[in-house]
Amino acid sequence: MQMFHNSTSTVLIAVLKRDLVIGLRHRSELFNPLVFFFIVVTMFVLALGPYETTLRQVAPAVIWVAALLASTLSLDMMFHSDLDDGSLEQFLLSPHPLIIIVVAKILAHWLLTAAPLIVAALFLGLMVYLPQTAIMPLLLTLLLGTPVLSLVGAVLAALTVGLRGSGILLTLLILPLYIPVLIFSVATVDNAAKGLAITGELYFLGAILVLAATLAPLATTSSLRIRLG
Amino acid sequence: MEMHETEQQHRVFNSFSANALTCIRNDVVLFSGLGFRLDCGEVLQIQGPNGSGKTSLLRILCGLALPDDGAILWNEKNIYDHRQDYFKEMSYIGHVNGIKMELTALENLTIAGALAVTNQSISLPDILEKMGLAEHENTPARKLSSGQRRRLALARLLITDTRLWILDEPLTSLDDYGRQLMRDMITAHAAGNGITVLATHDLVDIQRHKITMINL
Repeated sequence: MQMFHNSTSTVLIAVLKRDLVIGLRHRSELFNPLVFFFIVVTMFVLALGPYETTLRQVAPAVIWVAALLASTLSLDMMFHSDLDDGSLEQFLLSPHPLIIIVVAKILAHWLLTAAPLIVAALFLGLMVYLPQTAIMPLLLTLLLGTPVLSLVGAVLAALTVGLRGSGILLTLLILPLYIPVLIFSVATVDNAAKGLAITGELYFLGAILVLAATLAPLATTSSLRIRLG
Repeated sequence: MEMHETEQQHRVFNSFSANALTCIRNDVVLFSGLGFRLDCGEVLQIQGPNGSGKTSLLRILCGLALPDDGAILWNEKNIYDHRQDYFKEMSYIGHVNGIKMELTALENLTIAGALAVTNQSISLPDILEKMGLAEHENTPARKLSSGQRRRLALARLLITDTRLWILDEPLTSLDDYGRQLMRDMITAHAAGNGITVLATHDLVDIQRHKITMINL
């Protein structure tokens, strides 16, 4: 009898593919945060009026706050359906390290939710009169910042999975943790709009991303074991 | 299930035992001092009324939950200290199926295979055929009946060559043919020196193999 032990990368790719396929077959869940993002930014524009100087000033803040809120919407689903249908049990009982599966799930979540958000943010930037010079920095902050949202979000999504009313609880717990990303991202885009240097803020965002990428998968793995144990 | 008969000679001796297990849920003692020892080819059937702790016991035995006291040994080694080794040898089918409604039958088996240590001698379409799901290979699990979903969940047992099966109500929603199929699978597993632990209300009449009963 020939036995075949899959390599870690095979497992990672298999879980990533699984989550991407499921995500793409569930289009409404994919589009809802995006629509929410559009609506929030549009409401700010409606409330503040069509004044270029005002909008230009608040543009980075509006886009980033809306992006944060939109990204919390999809967090709850990260482990929820897997818990309900018993897939999570099977993940925990796999002979492969749980952290590999967790990393694949976080990566899939980022690709499914943040990638469309980044594209939308660039268009919305134009709508709120974000200066041309700030568009590229906005893209950079989103590329560095949104993976942190998925990583840190995964820890809390794992901690609250299966709790009653976990959706609102998760939002309340997660938003304060997003503050460092918000501060440095908005500062980057603000400075870029004023023509100032932005490297310092970007380094900070990069450091936060490295820290989150190192610790969040470990914390998520432990949280899942605690929740199911 | 011819596949199990050929592998008999390759197998070393396995044993599965539990010592003095205690489980307390919501301040109620579900069971205490529970112990058993199973050797190759043996079947343990757990019976008891609803809420008596069958599922809790199975979740403890497969390593998902911790007992409040006691130890579980696979080949005389504590399963919590040798988690990865134990998971390579154990398959657990819970009372929820662990299948994704959005994925087809074949996609569900593929991911299950990627997560396990797979048995290369049998292809996934063959497994589906054996479980009576041949024509549903590309049907999303959402469109399968509950009995067919149960079969798809049980098909996971054939992907791997695990020595220990832990099954929670495996016969739920199965028709007569499915029930017979499941009995045949357990018989073949026992004949191949595998160990089965199952919780079920139905009597499993498996001839020629030792069945131990625990009533909770």
